[in-house]
Amino acid sequence: MASLDRVKVLVLGDSGVGKSSLVHLLCQNQVLGNPSWTIGCSVDVRVEDYKEGTPEEKTFYIELWDVGGSVGNASSIKSTRAVFYNSVNGIILVHDLTNKKSSQNLYRWSLEALNKDSSPTGVIVSNGDYDREQFAENPVPLLLIGTKFDQISETKRNEVLTRTAFLSEDFNAEEINLDCTNPRYLAAGTSNAVKLSRFFDKVIEKRYFTRDPSPMAGFTDRKRFNFKSLHYD
Amino acid sequence: MFELIIFEILGALSSSSRYFHWKLNLYVILLVLIFVVPFYIGYFVVSNIRLLQRQKLLFACMVWFTFMYFFWKLGDPFPILSPKHGILSIEQLISRVGVIGVTLMALLSGFGAVNCPYTYMSYFLRNVTDSDILALERRLLQTMDMIVSKKKRIAMTRRQMYQRGEDQNKQTGFWGMIKSVTSTQTGSENLSLIQQEVDALEELSRQLFLETVDLQATKERIEYSKTFQGKYFNFLGYFFSIYCVWKIFMVKFWSQHISFILVGIIIVTSIRGLLITLTKFFCAISSSKSSNVIVLVLAQIMGMYFVSSVLLMRMSMPLEYRSIVTEVLGELQFNFYHRWFDVIFLVSALSSILFLYLAHKQAPEKHMSL
Repeated sequence: MASLDRVKVLVLGDSGVGKSSLVHLLCQNQVLGNPSWTIGCSVDVRVEDYKEGTPEEKTFYIELWDVGGSVGNASSIKSTRAVFYNSVNGIILVHDLTNKKSSQNLYRWSLEALNKDSSPTGVIVSNGDYDREQFAENPVPLLLIGTKFDQISETKRNEVLTRTAFLSEDFNAEEINLDCTNPRYLAAGTSNAVKLSRFFDKVIEKRYFTRDPSPMAGFTDRKRFNFKSLHYD
Repeated sequence: MFELIIFEILGALSSSSRYFHWKLNLYVILLVLIFVVPFYIGYFVVSNIRLLQRQKLLFACMVWFTFMYFFWKLGDPFPILSPKHGILSIEQLISRVGVIGVTLMALLSGFGAVNCPYTYMSYFLRNVTDSDILALERRLLQTMDMIVSKKKRIAMTRRQMYQRGEDQNKQTGFWGMIKSVTSTQTGSENLSLIQQEVDALEELSRQLFLETVDLQATKERIEYSKTFQGKYFNFLGYFFSIYCVWKIFMVKFWSQHISFILVGIIIVTSIRGLLITLTKFFCAISSSKSSNVIVLVLAQIMGMYFVSSVLLMRMSMPLEYRSIVTEVLGELQFNFYHRWFDVIFLVSALSSILFLYLAHKQAPEKHMSL
């Protein structure tokens, strides 16, 4: 039951960028009071109303898998982390706006996760180098989030924003810049909240409603899922 | 500074310029070690603590004074103080730095002497098969699935409570109030129960993750040991283990020259081992906040290590070369340092043997339960 209806989104990034705070904010709508290092992987669940306000509204449970980046880079740890990368439906890449290295490491993170992806239309990567065209046809939706926005001084803000704009172009992804200790950035109605829900909608659509562009098939798909109850015991 | 020792032995450069360079080097190193680095460490530690943001400088100075006070007190129980020399003379400072550094060196070399054969010799490697790793990974994923389903329940319950909470505000009357009280109570009790289960499961998942990492690392070590490089290191491991055992149980060297070369090799490899261990340790605990502190602590440790290694090198150098070292460093009680080093070395080696034995015993039992 669980594997059919799950929507799995990975949250990747260097150690200390704020992934756990971000996940806590997204799922509990509260600020995380005592962040500590994530060992292994911590999962949290976000309740998302797909197509809210329309008659096709449905509630989905999106699992946010926060894979800890702080245990090191030995190959034994990498191959153990790869266990969590199976059947991923979306990836959120988190970087620290005050730390340029964390933004550069995102290429490595995305390659690591996408290489392990075992979906049938998986990304073919050549010798591990980054290649922009792959991300254009990437079946897995990406979202770029920059944290610690409040710690950037006014003078440096433009420079940082242009840098992240380049990043989001490279990944062919939307970008959100926020501060994980302030829920105001994701308040309903802000452009950040809109981008976030657009990303989750894309993830859900890719998961459940893809490969059926024709309205007939889409209708049957939706009918099938309407009968399934999304409650778990 | 090692270059200076080598020059000393080779007789290069003139004697007085050598002397000058020794003194200069020592002064600069001591200055950095004792004044600059601890102050910076105190400054960064204080700036990490959010409460004391206001008077950073003041608190940093306080921390530094505390450090100097303990540093001075350190000299009391040891036979270093001599009435001929003033307070801030080079002998006082070196003696104290020497004590700390020698202790550190002895601890680390004791541990290294035991750890080196343990790591490199294939005798100790447990047998790990692929199916062990796969079974453990499957358990990990199952645990994660359980955590996910429980969290979904919590989210759903909370959502229902929230929606019911909105309705409750509209309910009036006596019965409405009683109904609302009982229903929310069972809801929140359920929630806390499930939350406890989730916490326990998360702890379990962390343990499983760490065990999996451990097994993967062991498997890689086994593969590495089958390669050519691995066999070479294996042989080195045997060689060094024999030498370390000999060093543990015997204190007098039978030939000064050979012992000098061997001590040089040991110092180089122990520095390498030290750096590797420290890097691993610091990678594990590093974050963007504390990286400054870590770099400074590393610098401090390395500085003390070097100064005390100069002291100890004198122990193994042939007699004719000791003169200049003795002259520069003044009237320190070298024998005391040698004995102190040996004592700490012995203690550290024995305790790390005990520690590794316990760790080794515990690990196979964990895997037998799978």
